[in-house]
Amino acid sequence: MTKLKIEDLDKIAEDVRRKMTIREGGGKVKITVHMGTCGIAAGARTVMSAFLNEIDIHNIKDVIITTSGCAGLCSKEPMATVEYGEQAPVKYIELNETKVKKIFDDHVLKGKFVQEYALAIGSERIQ
Amino acid sequence: MEDLSLHILDIAENSINAGAKNIEIAIIEDSSKDLLTIEIKDDGKGMDADTIANVTNPFFTTRTTRRVGLGLAFLEEAANSTGGKLRVESELTTGTKVIAEFQLSHIDRKPVGNIADTIVMILAGNPEINLRYYQENNASKFLFDTNDVKKITNEIKINSIEILKFIRQYLEENVNKINK
Repeated sequence: MTKLKIEDLDKIAEDVRRKMTIREGGGKVKITVHMGTCGIAAGARTVMSAFLNEIDIHNIKDVIITTSGCAGLCSKEPMATVEYGEQAPVKYIELNETKVKKIFDDHVLKGKFVQEYALAIGSERIQ
Repeated sequence: MEDLSLHILDIAENSINAGAKNIEIAIIEDSSKDLLTIEIKDDGKGMDADTIANVTNPFFTTRTTRRVGLGLAFLEEAANSTGGKLRVESELTTGTKVIAEFQLSHIDRKPVGNIADTIVMILAGNPEINLRYYQENNASKFLFDTNDVKKITNEIKINSIEILKFIRQYLEENVNKINK
């Protein structure tokens, strides 16, 4: 099998373009993975990868995934914040791939937050 | 940090927080000199002399959420433990360059790890960044540039899941084999 070349992206881009018309705009759910030094050392990259994987499996288009820095609770990393529509953001702590799956199924897809993994509801403010 | 790719992700996050639009990452493996060099260069806001002097001091940080900053200190430790060193060059408003040198064959040299994952995660969270990744060893050279991707994807965001999947697979096939 020959290795992928960057030109092979052309076909994929074409596919995406064709599908784009039926996509919903905006982004109903926003996921922020905390990627500070503490987060990365605790496994934030694996958590982010797991979220991307779930987005891919469920083939949903209205989820925005992004990263932020340390939230000041390094001992609870890896952490992520999920914002579902107009609901208050929920901060999840000590994440792993199994927890991500559950959070994705319940919160991201259905809007029901997973209380047992949550630290708090709300968002830190940096002055 | 388990491997060098995680250090790279960490330093690149610094670049992004410093407002960088362009980030260049290079991994140069020179077995004739028994040297592994990692460079992360950005066009972020840069640092003044006082900040550079304190940059690997864990108890110095520009952040206000907590009073320690460990990213560069960890990387320096990783380099020092192989007999290598860390250098930071920076100029206010121009950008910062972090250079970490490792003895390639040193028993304590961490493995390079999963570069594909690191690059994909940077792009997933920060699609507006232009990223160049270059690697070189005695046998081969490889360059990945998001500008080449964006020329093909045009209006499609680089962090669309299909594009990220392609980039990951492309990098896994072309990158991870070279560095152990």
